[in-house]
Amino acid sequence: MSSIGKSGETVQIADLAKDRMDTYRVPPIPFMRKARPYLILAPALLLTIGILIPFFISIYYSFTNYSFKYKDYSFVGLENWTLMLKDPSFWHSVWVTGQYAIFSTGAEMLLGIGVALLLNQETRLAKALRMVLIFPLMIAPVIATLIWQLMTNNSVGVIAHFLRSVGIDNFVWGADPKTAMFSVVLIDVWVYTPFVIVLVLAGLRSLPKAPFESAMVDGGSAWFTFKTLTLPMIKPLLVIALLFRTMISLQEFSIIFALTRGGPGDTLMSLSLTAYNEAFTYKELGTALPYMLILWIFVYIVSHYMIRYWSRAQKNASGS
Amino acid sequence: MAAQYLGSVYNGWSKIVAKPQRDNGVSSVKKRYAMKTIVLLVVTALLVFTAACSSGKSGGSEPGATASGSPENSQAPGSESASPANGSFDWKQYSGQEIDVLLNQHPYAEAIIARLPEFEKLTGIKVKYSITPEENYFDKLTTALNARNGNPDVFMTGSYQLWEYAPAEYVQELDSFLKDPSKTSPDYDLNDIYKGILDGDRWDLVPGHPVGTGSLWALPLGFETNVLVYNKRALDSIGAQPPKTFDELIALGEKLNGWNGDGSYGVAVRGTRSWATIHPGYMTAFSMSGAKDFEIQDGKLVSKVDSPEAIEITKKFAELVKKAGPKDWTNYTWYQASSDLGAGKAAIAFDADIFAIFQGSKGASKEAGNLGTAPPPIVKEGQAVGANEWIWSIAMNNASKKKDAAWLFMQYFTGKEHTLWGATQASVFNPIRASVWENPDFLKRIAEFPGYEDTFKAIIDNTSIKFTPQPEFFNTTTEWAAALQDIVTGKSDAETRMKQLAKDINKRVERIRTE
Repeated sequence: MSSIGKSGETVQIADLAKDRMDTYRVPPIPFMRKARPYLILAPALLLTIGILIPFFISIYYSFTNYSFKYKDYSFVGLENWTLMLKDPSFWHSVWVTGQYAIFSTGAEMLLGIGVALLLNQETRLAKALRMVLIFPLMIAPVIATLIWQLMTNNSVGVIAHFLRSVGIDNFVWGADPKTAMFSVVLIDVWVYTPFVIVLVLAGLRSLPKAPFESAMVDGGSAWFTFKTLTLPMIKPLLVIALLFRTMISLQEFSIIFALTRGGPGDTLMSLSLTAYNEAFTYKELGTALPYMLILWIFVYIVSHYMIRYWSRAQKNASGS
Repeated sequence: MAAQYLGSVYNGWSKIVAKPQRDNGVSSVKKRYAMKTIVLLVVTALLVFTAACSSGKSGGSEPGATASGSPENSQAPGSESASPANGSFDWKQYSGQEIDVLLNQHPYAEAIIARLPEFEKLTGIKVKYSITPEENYFDKLTTALNARNGNPDVFMTGSYQLWEYAPAEYVQELDSFLKDPSKTSPDYDLNDIYKGILDGDRWDLVPGHPVGTGSLWALPLGFETNVLVYNKRALDSIGAQPPKTFDELIALGEKLNGWNGDGSYGVAVRGTRSWATIHPGYMTAFSMSGAKDFEIQDGKLVSKVDSPEAIEITKKFAELVKKAGPKDWTNYTWYQASSDLGAGKAAIAFDADIFAIFQGSKGASKEAGNLGTAPPPIVKEGQAVGANEWIWSIAMNNASKKKDAAWLFMQYFTGKEHTLWGATQASVFNPIRASVWENPDFLKRIAEFPGYEDTFKAIIDNTSIKFTPQPEFFNTTTEWAAALQDIVTGKSDAETRMKQLAKDINKRVERIRTE
């Protein structure tokens, strides 16, 4: 195999091919450039692994009879799941979780929007209150619950004392099945309404002034302006507030646990509390995990649809 | 969601790495990076599943695996050197070793910490300790023991917890150490510890068999009995004496409502949805009524909380709470009950006898100096008075690699010298040793708490753990507390609810694994 070169010399075709390959060879990639994608992805990958490992382990253990009370465990298939689904207390805990989420989130959204609208003024009082109203957010929910527990204590509580002075002697807050849900929702509202206020207020203060001035010139009523201008423009923020509050209230544990431990009776046994009891009081991890995984599914479904709704609201608000 | 996320990671990755190669027109490099990505993801997934599968040994328990910590495995491989060759006991025999101790925040733990320098000087053993509040102490302890890595070497525990820890082989049995003269000081004197207290830490691991049988799993540090701690000022205000019967307690408690102004009431008892609600006053009354929590029928553990005696005493207890208890009773832990007694809100507490010490010591509370102690009320005329008890003990981790050094720690802090020191110089109430209850310094100290010594002497012979040991104890008693709340708050009547409770408990105990 040979060929004739420019100078008439015989050149091996292989050498020619080599020269041609050298022309097209990809230049060596510097180390940092090679490592860049790994470095960019590393934190996300670590975080994902940190979430996924416990998540997959949880799924695995939910199919076992893993318990802190026994040395060994074995695979039991769907037994924990069927036991849970057949147990009336599971459906009761779903009901309690749903009730808590709806009542607390609903009250916080209504109050949050109302207070934010009131605070969206440049008066001295509004300025002062804007700072003060954030205080409950700075207190851990469990501490806030202990404060409320002390204030409502029938023997030494300041609220109980006040109620007695106006003739109400038998209101026992979390100690009565009839008022227990109201009590925990009240504490939740006290702690988390400022979160909604802050979000809504930020939205209100970032709105453009021109449309509102036009509405004023055209003689639009306050309700008309709110309905047709304010509300659509802050809708994405409202959905974000709703999303966060719904997700957190579905998972709520600390307030109910600190105030009543799920009582009286089973009145406030939410999914989180039932899972905690099964795992740490009864030491039955295998039976606790289906409760947590069901809760995860609920939270995922709710947040998935809310995020889709938020995307639409965002597009509408930006006019695209 | 995870698959979506991994998919998006893959897409993003491909875009990042693909661009330079596309410019050069060589698609094989892109493919190589794509392959790398896939390999990385597969390795990650494998790691996840390997971690999941390797965390425990599946396939069921091994037959006959219930006897944990047998003498054969009492010494872990690679642990400290053997005892002195001549078989004599020497406190210095494990000098230079270091042990980890997990303590619950409690006066008993404070007494241990205060005397650690003496122990370290005597034995040459270095002690590392951590102290955790009771609210999450057992969560932390159970998780640590479940790791089976030998940490901590020694830990504080309640006797009820041993019914879970011993079958799970978390704790070392101690008889083999006690019987070994080279490991146990000749001065230890096990017989000096009250039998009713020591028996609380013994069990043969058979669900339903009483305490006091089988191996010793822990050594007691101190204990509480459940009695009436009353405010003399309150009783004097209506010219009453401490009640002798449960019916008298209800009647007297009702009369004492409002004895000290708004919010004051008759009788403080615990009421939260927790196992801790059942074991003090309620279980004391329950056992004195002749009721039992379980019986063994045809070799099976059967709940008896729906027996006529159980229903009757539960009705009475609910009546006591409704007529004389705090209005927000379902929020009451030992802390609220004790605080109300000290603050002059509760006239009587039917709970731990040490309330008299905690609230009655000089300067400890507003009502210090006014508190007295009396035996728990009997339910039926002429019956012997006794109480259920709570025992704080120290136990040894079965996975400890320094068991002999840990044993020296355990015997020192349950020995005569430390128990006497704790009872006279610190707050180790109640001491576990008979010799301390005869010590003049201790007797002088408790003389400032009226009725304390007399009450102790009146009930100690009939004081024991009244529950039936079984590994579902915390489950059954927490459900029991929920039932009691339903009955007191009027959500259900006692008979219906206790029958439902018995069914629920039977379902739970059916799941106890005995092999």
